[in-house]
Amino acid sequence: MEELWVFIEQDEGEVEESSLEVLSKARELGDKYGFEVVAIFLGDGVKNKAEEVGKHGASKVLVVDNPNLRHYNSELYSKVMEKLIMKYNPNTVLFSATRNGRDLAGRIAVKFKSGLLAHVISLDFDESKDLVGKVPGFGGNIAAVVKCIESRPQLATVTPGVFEIKEYKSTFEVIEEDLGVELEPKNIKILSKEKGEYIDISKSEKVVVAGMGTGGRMDLVEELAKLLGADVGVTRPLADIGVAPRDIQIGSTGVTLKSKLALILGASGAPHFTSGIKDCGLVITVNKDPEAPIKEYSDYLVVGDIFEIIPRLVKLLRGEENA
Amino acid sequence: MLRNIIVALKVVPKPEEVTFNPETKTVDRSKARNEINPADKNALELALRLKEKYGGKVIVVSMGPPIWDKYLRLAVAMGADDAILISDRALAGSDTFPTTRTLATAIKKIGNYDIILCGEESSDGGTGQVPPGIGEWLDIPHITFISDIIEISEDGWAEVKRTIKGGHEILKVKLPFIAAVELGCNTPRFPDFRRKRWADREFQLTIWNIGDLGLNPEEVGLKGSKTIVVDLEEVRPPERKREVLTGAPDELAKKLYELLKGYL
Repeated sequence: MEELWVFIEQDEGEVEESSLEVLSKARELGDKYGFEVVAIFLGDGVKNKAEEVGKHGASKVLVVDNPNLRHYNSELYSKVMEKLIMKYNPNTVLFSATRNGRDLAGRIAVKFKSGLLAHVISLDFDESKDLVGKVPGFGGNIAAVVKCIESRPQLATVTPGVFEIKEYKSTFEVIEEDLGVELEPKNIKILSKEKGEYIDISKSEKVVVAGMGTGGRMDLVEELAKLLGADVGVTRPLADIGVAPRDIQIGSTGVTLKSKLALILGASGAPHFTSGIKDCGLVITVNKDPEAPIKEYSDYLVVGDIFEIIPRLVKLLRGEENA
Repeated sequence: MLRNIIVALKVVPKPEEVTFNPETKTVDRSKARNEINPADKNALELALRLKEKYGGKVIVVSMGPPIWDKYLRLAVAMGADDAILISDRALAGSDTFPTTRTLATAIKKIGNYDIILCGEESSDGGTGQVPPGIGEWLDIPHITFISDIIEISEDGWAEVKRTIKGGHEILKVKLPFIAAVELGCNTPRFPDFRRKRWADREFQLTIWNIGDLGLNPEEVGLKGSKTIVVDLEEVRPPERKREVLTGAPDELAKKLYELLKGYL
């Protein structure tokens, strides 16, 4: 049976959830088109984590366990993937479109002269088992349906948050792969790593989003968010100037929100941003300009000065003033 | 002293000015203003800073139509020493496979490189696949999503800061390498007025066609691509109430409170 592979990303043994989304989707495609779904799991001491990966749709988990694979390293990871692909000749390899997934897929694509669909928001095969996916472009305004042409393996990176994580009851086998190659990095070495607290706002129920109109006053935004029990997100320019980490940047180059409530402060509505709020429930925006493009994406557009309105709202929420 | 620092850059239409005709299924870029892809400007800025610190020559290379001439001149006005435009009708419709191939072939032709920089992704296509792909063609290490090159040591290794989920990592990379530079990681300089005048009037832009690179028309463009666009769709904004609320700040704060109350 032809194989459909999913690269499972991890760091220090912690599995990247969006890889499991891709694996769950792969299983659905595998059942429909007759592929064996294989999870490719590289890391250090990850063999005992194979069980928690496999149940999301794999019929086989291929593990490569090595201390040097503890963190992502483009040199070593692409070397291992190359060996595995040469050995098993999969039909298709899927990656989550995370930084590391995209980094790896871009290299593998040229190595194997493969077609690669970038950060797709849908995924299917045609009658000749060529991979087809929808690729958003121009800041998310337009989507192209793109197809790989007869390349094997064919590749795609999948936008995180598009597919749901599912559990399957069927059994799967875990195979530890010994590649018999030396896994010492020669050209890229990791010296240090600094990780703060990471909040995945793609799964938040309520989000307060700050745009440039807030002037980067994150204290005000955070206070409001706290009172609402919401998480904080930002538009790209605020991440660019460094007042907030990239992880909470919303839009086509960041996170796609699925929150029930989004309160958006001082964002004009650039396309690269609005693609990240289209799946939200109620969208309330506060902006000076009643004609800003953000209006199209708002259920309610409150027209006014953030610095006059929000402090008053904060008082109401604290119960210091009566509504 | 560093050898060549090559910056691969692209010109893109401003995404908010690109329109789509759902009936003819065509993308109209004609009314959109063009700009150097924003992340590529950050890559150029980083290259210029490296040159100031370690010497070397900054060479800009781009693959596109002859009208991109003025954007390459802008890069020269910002401080690039040389600029090369790869322009050939046969390149039209190239996906990332022939694109990386063409750029890598041009980079080989330029030669003598230590560092190649690109933007992390383009704002129109946004695949982010080009830098690792070029790395593979050239058989050199690649690093993506970097926000800085901190130091380059005498022994030919660079210390690089790369953004990762929840933070960053510091990597040591052996020269020569290719890196994708994160959007917004620095502030690109404005061109010097006198240099801009010189770049516009006197600078000699090098133009190469695919023959100059030893590539065949079958290897590039649509024919050389591994993917094909079979359809285009407009992504419509979801239906929203679009109710505009105006009034005094006190009133508006109260209205907001009423709207939010149910979510507390």
